[in-house]
Formats: sequence, structure tokens, C-alpha cells
Amino acid sequence: MSKPLIVLDQVTVAFDERVVVDRVDLSIERGDIITVIGPNGAGKTTLIKAILDIQKPTHGSIQRENGLSVGYVPQHLTLEPTLPLSVRRFMLLSGEPLEACQNALSRTGVDHLMNASVHHLSGGEKQRLLLARALARHPDLLVLDEPAQGVDINGQAALYDLIRELRDQLHCGVLMVSHDLHLVMAATDKVICLNQHVCCSGYPEDISHDPAFIETFGRPVAESLAVYHHHHNHSHDLHGDVVDGSCDHAHH
Amino acid sequence: MPIIDALLNDFFWRALIGGLGVALVAGPLGCFVVWRRMAYFGDTLAHSALLGIALSFLISVPLNVGVIVTCIALSVVLVVFQRSRALATDTLLGILAHSALAIGLVALSFMPDIRFDLTGLLFGDLLAMSRTDLIWIYGGAVVILTLLAAFWRGLLMSTIHEELARVEGVPVERLRLILMLMFSIVIAVAMKIVGVLLITALLIIPAATARRLAGNPEQMMGLAIGFGCLAVTGGLTMSWFLDTPAGPSVVVTAFCMFLLVYGGAQRTAA
Repeated sequence: MSKPLIVLDQVTVAFDERVVVDRVDLSIERGDIITVIGPNGAGKTTLIKAILDIQKPTHGSIQRENGLSVGYVPQHLTLEPTLPLSVRRFMLLSGEPLEACQNALSRTGVDHLMNASVHHLSGGEKQRLLLARALARHPDLLVLDEPAQGVDINGQAALYDLIRELRDQLHCGVLMVSHDLHLVMAATDKVICLNQHVCCSGYPEDISHDPAFIETFGRPVAESLAVYHHHHNHSHDLHGDVVDGSCDHAHH
Repeated sequence: MPIIDALLNDFFWRALIGGLGVALVAGPLGCFVVWRRMAYFGDTLAHSALLGIALSFLISVPLNVGVIVTCIALSVVLVVFQRSRALATDTLLGILAHSALAIGLVALSFMPDIRFDLTGLLFGDLLAMSRTDLIWIYGGAVVILTLLAAFWRGLLMSTIHEELARVEGVPVERLRLILMLMFSIVIAVAMKIVGVLLITALLIIPAATARRLAGNPEQMMGLAIGFGCLAVTGGLTMSWFLDTPAGPSVVVTAFCMFLLVYGGAQRTAA
């Protein structure tokens, strides 16, 4: 389609002798939504840090598009309650003009909180604020580390919907790390299952059948995902968007 | 100017002018101590000041220089050890804080020929403020305030969220070193007024008091400076009239203001 925003070539990150990320190849293009899943300690956050250029790879190379602007949404905003800070101030600290900040806040639906203190926001509002802050910097690539943590279940679905919408509006690439397998499977184009190395990758429907995936997450998870996909496809059926063989997944 | 000269001839005014200079930088830095949860770190650096004093006597350099260099060296050691993650940070700080204090005291006991007032070093001394000290204090204040102004956005951003700051291109590591340099300077110059054992109190209490009333970071710094100045003025006055030790008097005054502000705010909230 277009030139990739970022290309990882055999990226390895090791701390001392311990290999945390093992020879990962990855390329992200505009319009992609790629989700990295994997068990705890699989190197997901380290991989994200390498992509964000705050962790140098031990081996391998990372090529970024010239002038690539990356928006980062950290796992959560743990703010010191001792530091008085308003939403407005937090946004302006990005160095972007007020108008861009206001725009970004209304895109994520929290512009009414402009003058609120960041300490009084709910989990969902905080995530939307972080997302807005990333947007204010006009990112080509949006990197989100478990964006739905601390958000209630309805809020999670809404948040993933919002991320899709933003991708469509801004035509940026999106890379997420997530634990919310069910929601991720619905929101993503491509899943990368990481366990130090890339153990499997592909479309959500395919990956839940992948032996490597089942081995990493266990059969129950894989099955529940397959069941989930049945539901997912079913709702698409109602809209007349039939996917072939969608019901087979349920019998897995 | 003869009036200023007359003022500076009076040890009480020298102490007061010096104390106000210290409060001017202790306020902003105290805010960073509170925000970044560095209270124990500040204590460790302050305790190492005594080691710095011993070393300055040993190689005969000005006390301030010895203290600043020792504090910077200790901060670097701390950062290196913290990276290796062999011990939890508070354990590490506990070891270094008390070891530095103990080594300093032992080293000083080996120098019987040198005249110094240990209580004054530990708890501050109203009488000890010299004109040279004033130059150090205000020189240090100019350096610290300039650094703060120059790196303000980066410092604030890396305090709010270190990784977000890093992604946005803030040189987080370099700013951390600059912050440590500022702490070392403030410890070296505040030592004379409140003593090495109570420096952290002068950093934290005014900042914590200010938090209750502040709506943004800059306000908090301004208020912390104000409370610091009041604490110094009140404490030194108390020391002058009641013959109490200078450092503890300043800290007691600061603590009273803290209680007043928090107690008062509680009542309005209820």
C-alpha cells in the first residue's frame, strides 16, 4: 500500500545475558492496527520501548520513516497526588498550541474536562486524556501499552472502538499491547503473539487455531476466543456481512 | 552602602538574609523532592555532607566545595547501584545515608586539631553565618533558579511521567543529573542554617504545606518559597529570643505552619 512507517529487522533486546525480545521482525504501515499479545514476561513492554526508541536493541535494526512522529499512550497515568495539575496544563506540557490540545480532547470525548484536575478523573477519562495527549502531537504512529487497563468493561469496548475510529480519521498506524484478548480480537487487524520471539502472527480468526497460540495460552483461552469469534461473526451476519465458515470456529 | 554594611555586621541579620536565600531555593527543590518521592534520597545526600566536611578538612578545600563534590559523587554512586538492582532502593539509601554520616563522624574524630562545632554542623548555627557564606548562598541560588527556569518544562514533564517525557524527546537522564547537582548545591548552602540532619525538613515541610493551597505546580513553588521564608524568619527570631538551636527552631516553625494550614483546610472542608 504505502511505505511502512517503521520496520523492525531481527530485533533482539537482552538484559545482561537474558534475552527478552528475540529476533522480532515487524513492519507497521499507515492504517494498520497491530496488537501484541503474550503471557507475562513475554517482552511486550520491552518491544514497545524499542519501537519508541527508549530501549536500544542489542542486535538488529529499527528503521523509522523520516520525521516519524510517534504518539505514546502509557499503561496508566500514575500521578503523584502531591503535584497539582489540571487537564489543560497537562495537555499544554506537550508543547502543542492550545487549539491543537482542545481538538485532541474533543476527538477523544473529554473536552469538557479541560479545567478539571487530573487527579479527579476516572480510569476511563484518564486513558482518554492520555490518548488525547498523544493525538495532540499529530502522530503518524500511535503506540498504546494496555490502553484499557483500569477501565470498566463497557468503557473498554468503547475505547477500542475509539482507537479504530481514530485510525480511520487520522490514517495513522496503531500498535497496541493488550491483555484483553476478547476485545482485542474484535478491534485489531493483525495479532502478534509474542513469547520472547514471535510465536505466531496473523489475523485474529486464524491465530486462535494456531498450535503455537494454543500452546502459549492454553486450549481454554483459544477455545473461548473461537467461541467469541462465532459471536462476533454472527453479529456481522446480521448486517449481511457473512464470513465463510464462521460457525466452524465455535465447534473448535 | 552603609545600611547594608551595618546589617551585614550583625550576625542575626546575616543569618536571616542567608536563611531567606536558602528558602528561595529550598521551596522549588522541595517541591521536586515531594513530587518525585525523594525524601529519603535527600536525607542520604544531606547526611553525606558530613563526610564532605571531613574530606574538605583533610585536603583543605572550602567546606562548600567539599560538600557539593561529595554529594554529587554519592548521587552518581546511587544511580549506578540503583541500575544494578541488587538491593531495594530504600535499603540502599538506608545503608549509604547512615554509613556516610558515620564515616564522616569517625573521620572528623581523627582530626583533633581542627576546631569545629559538631552540634552546629548537625543542627545549624545562628552565629556561624559569615559574609562568604552569604555569597555562596546567593551564588548558589542564582545557579539553581537559572537551571530551573531553563529546564522547567523538561523537569516537570519527566516528573509527571518519565517514559512519556522520554518519548517526547526530553533528556530525562541528563535532567536527573542536573536535579542532583541542584540538590547538592542546596545542601551545601543550607547546612549552615539548619544543619545536615534537618535539611530535608526545610525542603519538604514548606512544599507539603503549599500543596494544600496550590492549584498548579508554579503556585506550589511560590507558596513553598513563602512558607520557607516565614519558617526561617520565625525560627531564627525564636532562636534569637529563646536561645534555641537555629535549625530545630526553623523546622518547628515550619511544622506549626503545616499544622495550621492542614488543620484550617480540614475545618473549611468539613
